[in-house]
Amino acid sequence: MSGRIAFDKLGVVIAAIAACGVFLAPFATFRANRIVPGDAKTIFEALPSWAAMTLLIVLAAATIIALLRLALPWRLAASMAALAALLLLIGLAANHLTPPGNTYARVSPASGFWLLNFAFVLLAADSLTRLRLGPVARIAVLAAAALAVAAILYSGSWNGLSILKEYANRADSFWAEAAKHVTLAIGSLAAAVAAGIPLGILCHRVPALRDAVLNVLNIIQTIPSIALFGILIAPLGWIAIHVPGAAAIGIRGIGTAPAFVALFLYSLLPVVANTVVGLAGVPAAANDAARGVGMTASQRLFKIEFPLAFPVILTGIRIVLVQNIGLATIAALIGGGGFGVFVFQGIGQTAMDLVLLGAVPTVALAFAAAVILDAATELSASNGARTA
Amino acid sequence: MRLSLPVLLRLSALALLIAFLLRPDWFEPVLKPLTDNNAPVVYNQGSLLMLTFQHLQIVFIATLAATIVALALAVLVTRPIGAEFLPLSRSLVNIGQTFPPVAVLALAVPAIGFGEKPTLIALFLYGLLPIFENALTGLTNLPHAVVEAARGVGMNERQRLLKVELPLALPVILAGIRLSVVISLATATIGSTVAAKTLGEVIIAGLISNNLAFVLQGGLIVGILAVLIYDGLSAIERVLARRMGIAPK
Repeated sequence: MSGRIAFDKLGVVIAAIAACGVFLAPFATFRANRIVPGDAKTIFEALPSWAAMTLLIVLAAATIIALLRLALPWRLAASMAALAALLLLIGLAANHLTPPGNTYARVSPASGFWLLNFAFVLLAADSLTRLRLGPVARIAVLAAAALAVAAILYSGSWNGLSILKEYANRADSFWAEAAKHVTLAIGSLAAAVAAGIPLGILCHRVPALRDAVLNVLNIIQTIPSIALFGILIAPLGWIAIHVPGAAAIGIRGIGTAPAFVALFLYSLLPVVANTVVGLAGVPAAANDAARGVGMTASQRLFKIEFPLAFPVILTGIRIVLVQNIGLATIAALIGGGGFGVFVFQGIGQTAMDLVLLGAVPTVALAFAAAVILDAATELSASNGARTA
Repeated sequence: MRLSLPVLLRLSALALLIAFLLRPDWFEPVLKPLTDNNAPVVYNQGSLLMLTFQHLQIVFIATLAATIVALALAVLVTRPIGAEFLPLSRSLVNIGQTFPPVAVLALAVPAIGFGEKPTLIALFLYGLLPIFENALTGLTNLPHAVVEAARGVGMNERQRLLKVELPLALPVILAGIRLSVVISLATATIGSTVAAKTLGEVIIAGLISNNLAFVLQGGLIVGILAVLIYDGLSAIERVLARRMGIAPK
C-alpha cells in the first residue's frame, strides 16, 4: 500500500466498462425508418460538441470518484450525476440526429449507452447496498427515481427516441394492455392468496395432507409456462361449451381465462408453502401462553399464529408478484393481452423498439414490486418482533 | 431403490414419453378428438425426437456455461481478493432475478439477432443467478469449525477450497443448478418465438393454427421432461448429501 494509490477494485471494473462504452461502442443508432439496419454513431457524432464535451467531463469525473476510495455519499452522488447526464443527453441525441420534419427516421440508444448506464448503475447499486438504507428510505429512493423518469417523460425530451415514437403510435392500446397486465398479475395473486392461505392453514393442521398438496403444487411449478397456458386451453374451451353460463362470464379456451388460471396455479405453491413454513415457525411458547390465558383455537390463529407468520407469508407473496408480472408477458401468446403483446409483435416485425416498449415497463414493474414488498416484509417483521 | 408409487408413476411417465417420441403415430387415436377439419394430429413440420434433443442441447450448453461462470464468480467474491464485490454481487443477484425470462430473451434479440444465439444467451444469463446465489449461500455458510480444522491441519487456501469448502457446498450448489435447469427448460420453449429450434415450436404452431393436439403434445413433452429432470437432480442431491453425512432436508 505504501507510496502507491490503492484504487477501488469495483472502481477499476467500472472504469473499464465505461471506457468500452465511450471508446469502443456506439452511443446511438440512426435508422432511416423503423426496420432497416441502423448506422452507429459515436458520442461526438450523436451530440452537439458542447453536449458531448459535458457528457465526457461528467463521466470522467464520476469514474475518478469511483476509482478513489471516497465516502459512500460521494460515490452515490457521482453515479447519479453520470446517470442523469446519460439519460438527459440521449434525448438530445435523438433530436440532434433526426433531420427536421422527418417523421420516419428512428434514433435509439446503442450498446455504448447501455454499457455506460450499466457501469454507473453498478456504482449506484454498490453505494446503496453499502449505505444499508432502511425499508422506508429504499421506497423513497424508488419513488424519487420513478418521479425523475416521469419528469423526463413529461418534459418531452425523450420524444425523439424511437421507443417513444412506437408509444405515440399506440398510446391507447399501451394503457389498455398495461391495465390487463396488472389485472392479470395482481388478480391471480389475490385469488391465490384467498385460496392459498386457508389451504396452507389446513396443511399446517393436517400433516398428512401437507406433503401431498406441496408435491402436486411443486410439479405444477415445474411445468413451463407456455406449456401450462397451452394445456389449459383444452379444459377451459370444454367448460365454455358445456357449462351453461360459463362463456357469458368470460370463460374461453383462449384469452384471459387460461392465462389467469395458469398464473393462479403457479402462485399457489409459494403462498401455501410459505404459510406452512410461517405457521410452523411460530414459537411453541407463544402458543402455550395464549392457551394459558384461555384463548380459543380460532383466537390463537388470528391473534397469535397468523400475525407471527405474516412476514414469511409476505415473502411468498413477493415471490408470486414478481413471478406473475414476468409470466403475464406470455399471456399475449394465447390472446390474453398484457405487455407481452408489444414484445411478441415487435419480435414478429423485427422492430426492436417495440420489443423494448413491452419489456421495459415489465422489468420496471417487477423491480418496483420487489423493492416495495421487500421493504414491507422488513417493516412487518420488525413490527412483529416488537409486539411479540 | 424401492418401487414406491411415486417412483412407479415417474417410470411410467418416462416410458410414455419415450414411446411418444419414438412412435408418435401410436397416439393418434388419443389426440384425434382435439383436432377439427382433418388437421394433422402429430406435429409434422419436424421430428419431435429431434426437437426434444435440440431443446435439451440448448438447455445443457447454457446450464454448463452458467455453472462454470457462476461458480468461478462465487469463488472469487468469497476469497479475500474479491471480498469488496460481495455486497454488490448479492444485490445484483436480487435485482437480476426480478428480470422476467421473457424480457431477458426479448432484450437479447436486438443485440444479436434471431435464432439459437439469443436463446442461448438468455438461458445463460438467467441460469447464472440461481447457481450464483446458491453457491454464495453454500460458500458463506460453511460450518466454522470445519474450516478452522482444515486450516489447523495446514491446508493451503487452494486445498481448503477444493477439498473442504466446495464439497461441503456441493448439495446447495446442485440445488441451484436444478432450479436453473428447470427455468431454462421453460425459457427455451419461449425461445421458439425468436426462431430457436426447440419444443416451443410445436406449441406455437398449435396456437397459431388453433390445433390443440399440437399444443398438448408440445406442452406435455416439455412438462414431463421438466418434472423428470427436476426429480432426477433432487435424487442426486439427496444421495450426495447422505454420502457427505449432511442430514437431508
